[in-house]
Amino acid sequence: MIDEGRPMMISPEAVLKTTTKIKLNDIQSGKVLSVHDKPNLKYAWDNGVAIGRYLAELKNGKIIGKRCNSCKRVLVPPRLFCELCWRPTDDWEYVQDTGTILTFVVSHVNWDASRVKKGQRYHTPAVIELDGAGKDQGILHLIDEIEPYDIKIGMRVKAVWKEPEERIGAITDIKYFKVIE
Amino acid sequence: MAQDIAIIGVGTTGFRATTPDLSYRELTYEAAKKAYLDAGVEPKEIGAFVATSEDFCEGYSIADEYAPDQLGAVLKPIYTVSGDFIHSMASGVMMLKSGLYDLVVVQGLSKASNMVTKPYLTDFALDPIYNRPLKELSDYIAGMEMNRYLYETGTTREQCAQVVVKNKRNAMTNPLAGHGCELNLDYVLDSPMVSYPLSELDISPYSDGAVVIVMATADTALALSDKPIWVRGIGWNSDTPGLETRDWGRAVYAEMAADMAYKMAGIRSPRSEIDFVEISDEFSYKELQHLEALRLCSPGEAGYLTVEGATELTGDLPVNPSGGCLGVGCLLECTGGQKVLDVVLQLRGEAGKNQLQDVTTGLAMSWRGLPTTTGAVAILSN
Repeated sequence: MIDEGRPMMISPEAVLKTTTKIKLNDIQSGKVLSVHDKPNLKYAWDNGVAIGRYLAELKNGKIIGKRCNSCKRVLVPPRLFCELCWRPTDDWEYVQDTGTILTFVVSHVNWDASRVKKGQRYHTPAVIELDGAGKDQGILHLIDEIEPYDIKIGMRVKAVWKEPEERIGAITDIKYFKVIE
Repeated sequence: MAQDIAIIGVGTTGFRATTPDLSYRELTYEAAKKAYLDAGVEPKEIGAFVATSEDFCEGYSIADEYAPDQLGAVLKPIYTVSGDFIHSMASGVMMLKSGLYDLVVVQGLSKASNMVTKPYLTDFALDPIYNRPLKELSDYIAGMEMNRYLYETGTTREQCAQVVVKNKRNAMTNPLAGHGCELNLDYVLDSPMVSYPLSELDISPYSDGAVVIVMATADTALALSDKPIWVRGIGWNSDTPGLETRDWGRAVYAEMAADMAYKMAGIRSPRSEIDFVEISDEFSYKELQHLEALRLCSPGEAGYLTVEGATELTGDLPVNPSGGCLGVGCLLECTGGQKVLDVVLQLRGEAGKNQLQDVTTGLAMSWRGLPTTTGAVAILSN
């Protein structure tokens, strides 16, 4: 899981080797000077009406969307407006926590761009079209409990939720989706 | 053939210190919906959209990619300007004047309340090698500029404080403004010092809010609107950003941006041809400095005009009748949006209790805030 800071993706040695005659030692010894700094930037994004409800329902173990009566889609995550019809959306609607894999990857690299080590499971993020939500679109989540290369587009999946007391109102209240058929 | 351009629709959420109830998407949607209703257009009729955002202010990288949905601009020509709203407007004016489109929408948004570490954002805008390591709160840049401006022009802290009193009072009767209050001069002068001569109340607070406008070419404007507001001139300019090399006393960027806009508008005598202005007052002295840069008075005269009451709602050159940044709140890259919006409302006679009488030409001017030396000017007439 993602809980560590993301280490530097490319080593300074590798960069120096390809781009310049300056040696790493030139920088480390202070012969070539450089300045290091990192920003102290923090944000607290307001979820607003639609996403606020979405997260609250995830905490309840439910997935909610909002229907657009014009294009008939149920938007998940919900929105107050339909971006295609450009009108306010209509009723709130719960959708199923089951769905179909629209697309996925078998990722051989970790979040920090290091390679997945031998014996570790490859990452398998997917787009999942939820039952009851708009067709040919879906939410982004992870697939687990299956060998990565056995996953196929079109497979049926179901959410595996965290225990109710562990849920905080976040997309990670769903641990992952597992293949059910 | 260059065309006349008009603003035919405006929409806003109003401006509040915090908006925990709405997401940035929902704020923009509200402003856009109102602007399109005001103009009597549907998004599908609009040729192109120009959004305004700065990634570090939004807390997203490549934040411009999130602009289309809430504007009704999905699968339409759209791009984002990383500057002020008036820069985006200039971009829209060029599209319309070139004949590329008949209708262009411009958007600006502030979700300043979502930035938890605002002072560091300005700090992070400083040169990392020879400025940032000094580790001084970046408001010192405004303090140093104020000090030099007062020194060069003979303007006083009291005159600057009068700007605060005036703008916060104007905001009291502007329902869109979030930071209005009745203050007396001593209260402002005695407010805690930040970077002498700059005190706490000399600094405008932040606000959240969105502004969307619809602009059109002349034929389209006249067909759709019975109250088009004409964009007579627009200009923008940037001085050197270097703290070492910039002019600390004068807002040269504002002088140049104004000259560009005046030339386009055919204005030779700004003081007699401009009825009122909405200009950047993110710091109290900025209103005075900008007023002089716009050639609406001589260097050193703006403070006296303010104390005499000439820049009040009832004066002969009303400045920031909306309450300005000091009374409405600083809106980051949407600052110019609020200025343009309030000039349009005044020229339409829709400014409510702050309505000025018999105004035909107004000027909106924005500054990109610390630590920049960038300004933009729009001149509008009814």
